[in-house]
Amino acid sequence: MTNLLLVELSRLQFALTAMYHFLFVPLTLGLSILLAMMETVYVMTGRTIWRDMTKFWGLLFGINFVLGVATGITMEFEFGMNWAYYSHYVGDVFGAPLAIEGLMAFFLEATFVGIFFFGWGKMSPRAHLAVTWLMALGTNLSALWILIANGWMQHPVGAVFNPDTMRMEVSDFVAVLLNPTAQAKFVHTVSAGYVCGAAFVLGVSAFYILRGRHIDLAKRSFVIASAFGVAAALSVIVLGDESGYTITDNQKMKLAAIEAMWQTEPAPASFTAFGLPNMQEHATNYAVRIPWVIGLIGTRSIDEQIPGILDLVQTSQAHIQNGLTAYSALQKLKSNHADLAARAAFEDARDDLGYALLLKQYVDDPLQATPQQIKDAAWSTVPSVPSLFFTFRFMVLFGFVLLAVFLISLWYTMREAEAPRWLFQMALLALPLPWLAAELGWFVAEFGRQPWIIDGVLPTFLATSELSVFDLAITIVGFTLVYAILAVIEVTLMLQAIKKGPDVFIASAGGFGVLAKIASRPGATAPAE
Amino acid sequence: MIETLFAYATLRLIWWVLLGVLLIGFAATDGFDMGVGALLPFVAKTDRERRVAINTVGPVWEGNQVWFILGGGAIFAAWPALYALSFSGFYLAMFLVLFALILRPVGFKYRSKRESATWRRNWDWALFVGGAVPALIFGVAVGNTLQGVPFHFTDDLRPIYGGTLFGLLNPLALYCGLVSLAMLVMHGAAWLAFKASGPVADRAAAVGARAALIAAILFAGGGVLIWLGLFGGYEVTSPIVWDGPSNPLGKTVVVNGQAWLHNFRHAPWLFAVPALGIAALLLAAMGFRARQAGLTFLMSMLGVACIIATVGLAMFPIILPSSTHPGDALTVFDASSSRATLRNMLLATVVFLPIVLAYTAWVYRVLWGKVSEATIENAGSTAY
Repeated sequence: MTNLLLVELSRLQFALTAMYHFLFVPLTLGLSILLAMMETVYVMTGRTIWRDMTKFWGLLFGINFVLGVATGITMEFEFGMNWAYYSHYVGDVFGAPLAIEGLMAFFLEATFVGIFFFGWGKMSPRAHLAVTWLMALGTNLSALWILIANGWMQHPVGAVFNPDTMRMEVSDFVAVLLNPTAQAKFVHTVSAGYVCGAAFVLGVSAFYILRGRHIDLAKRSFVIASAFGVAAALSVIVLGDESGYTITDNQKMKLAAIEAMWQTEPAPASFTAFGLPNMQEHATNYAVRIPWVIGLIGTRSIDEQIPGILDLVQTSQAHIQNGLTAYSALQKLKSNHADLAARAAFEDARDDLGYALLLKQYVDDPLQATPQQIKDAAWSTVPSVPSLFFTFRFMVLFGFVLLAVFLISLWYTMREAEAPRWLFQMALLALPLPWLAAELGWFVAEFGRQPWIIDGVLPTFLATSELSVFDLAITIVGFTLVYAILAVIEVTLMLQAIKKGPDVFIASAGGFGVLAKIASRPGATAPAE
Repeated sequence: MIETLFAYATLRLIWWVLLGVLLIGFAATDGFDMGVGALLPFVAKTDRERRVAINTVGPVWEGNQVWFILGGGAIFAAWPALYALSFSGFYLAMFLVLFALILRPVGFKYRSKRESATWRRNWDWALFVGGAVPALIFGVAVGNTLQGVPFHFTDDLRPIYGGTLFGLLNPLALYCGLVSLAMLVMHGAAWLAFKASGPVADRAAAVGARAALIAAILFAGGGVLIWLGLFGGYEVTSPIVWDGPSNPLGKTVVVNGQAWLHNFRHAPWLFAVPALGIAALLLAAMGFRARQAGLTFLMSMLGVACIIATVGLAMFPIILPSSTHPGDALTVFDASSSRATLRNMLLATVVFLPIVLAYTAWVYRVLWGKVSEATIENAGSTAY
């Protein structure tokens, strides 16, 4: 039987390290694009203030970027360390996007980030601008490949189980790349990153404006951040990740859990704005429902039904029955690879093999499962409804608040009149929201996928390494300590750099603008960088 | 032609070679970053000198480190069973490596962000740990691989590992750890001699000459230990199915103290690889003395490449032998990904690796020239 404590600790460790990693990633995504936009203005207009802005926000970008890189190393190796069976079971499919991410995206990002910082004055302005855009491109492509990998965990297309190698193998690589779930996740996630970058620039600029410091730089930054923020927040809301939730039964289950929708409603279904979902009674108490809304969001149609949890559990039970056929045939194949009848039986039912594996939490041999155990396994496909219900609503709330903040900011920046003080206080207060929304979003996506590590293919509790609880305890404590110390250091350095402000860049008359040309004339002092 | 290239057996061989290329790429680039970290307390005494040493790798360590990340990703994609087994098996050792490798980027970036001497000294230690610990542990991992690792598979191909952290730290494995440490210290010294100026370069050349000599002696000594049969060795005795499904169960492997020399005895020209490695290390030692920095760095790189290639050639076709269940060993022909994945990944590599090499070369060209205390003075807040 599986060691459930080991499974829980492995999940806890992955959640800790992944959510910590994602504190740094969205800001990197958003700021890289903003840096490239600022530098573009500099190169097009030749106004050095835009170069100084690029350098100043670049400094903050760098402090954040390096922790994204450092904690990303953990992610790349944690699959093998803590999820060895998973790694073997799906490495053929899941490993490829990770490897291509390194080759195509991370190399680009990491090589050019070094030259972004060290290359000022070593090349023409246009060449440096190209470097910055390539760095931003690398960052965003990196997100694309990671989300192709993650999207496949949510919706495992283009792969089948091979009984000769006892693992999933790719059957259609193009389908893995063009996975609609992955595409939806990519657009949603990078947009969330852009929101984060915009909110960061907006908030820090607001701080300077409130203090009456670095007004020139702060105002320009505020304008560009509010415009970029409006576009990004609209994109993150309109291109919500939910668009991918109607494709498979498991994604439908996630959607039903988010909505605490126990019964199938006639289309288009209503949206439960508030309520208290009760897992025992299979009901949502004190529900406040808004007709039509979720049906429209979820299906983008008015006549398509969204199935409720109770119906989906029935579907799961049918999958389990079919999965048992596959499991039984697989046992025969294991002892005799040449058993053609077993192979044919297996191929008919293999898509449901994972459902039979769900039974392993109750009984070592799924073929011996009692009807009650089959029923329990079917119910185990329902994720925790209350936690998804609330986290999703807070994520959406924060998203709309951010959109409002960006819209109001943009409205005032487009007017001639002096903007009121509360505008900047509001921008400063909104600073933590994108991070909260992003973390909640990952919680909804990944916790909502439970009990599966690969939807419908492999249950999470089977996927771990054969480690001891002691191993996990040591590394969880270790990661927590190191990560906590690094978080304190990062925030301290960030605040120190913000407090110090951009003067150090503005004072230096170097670089490659008009001033640099004067400075590099014979007799003039050499540029300072 | 295309048919042969994309035959399963050929793809597996290509990916075995590419595994070596990735490890060599990692050691040749990120290796000198680690060497610089390990050398930091010894070649740079004052804060200015330390900044010179750090800034020689400042603009490039991020790109270099991707060889390591890509190595992880490529092993995951091309050799999933190897990824699953080695990373979970060497669990606590991997955690130490991770710990060191997390400190390193942060150390580079944050060290000079504050004037405080204590702050900088603490980060210097972090950089030392971030360089020396992984260099040692990677060698220890190779040493354990050569001796065989206690693992087996269930009939569901669930990997089960039976060893402990302290089991990994056996004398022979530590010996390999020293080879790796000496080799990367040499490589870091070669980089510093090439890229730094003033006393940092002088001290690096002096340390590097010794490290190169030690690496040569230890590497040759390792050959003697293998010849004496101390490392053991494993030999596949059942016929090899070149293009069968990737299932490591069902073959027979026997323990044979001379097995790691079989390939060399079978094809004596392969001895050229370790011989070239030793020659390169000795030339590097001489180059350090003669202060031929460019040549020394190239020789150092060649020496590193030959050491890694020698290990691969000795073990072929085995990738990871099992000490407790020899038949479950992973080999080139039963532990790879599917043919489709190997082919897709090869296409991606053929397209993107040349592009990566091209822009990496461009970056090194832009940064050409020595780093001195004056460089750092002039760079202001952009320097580390």
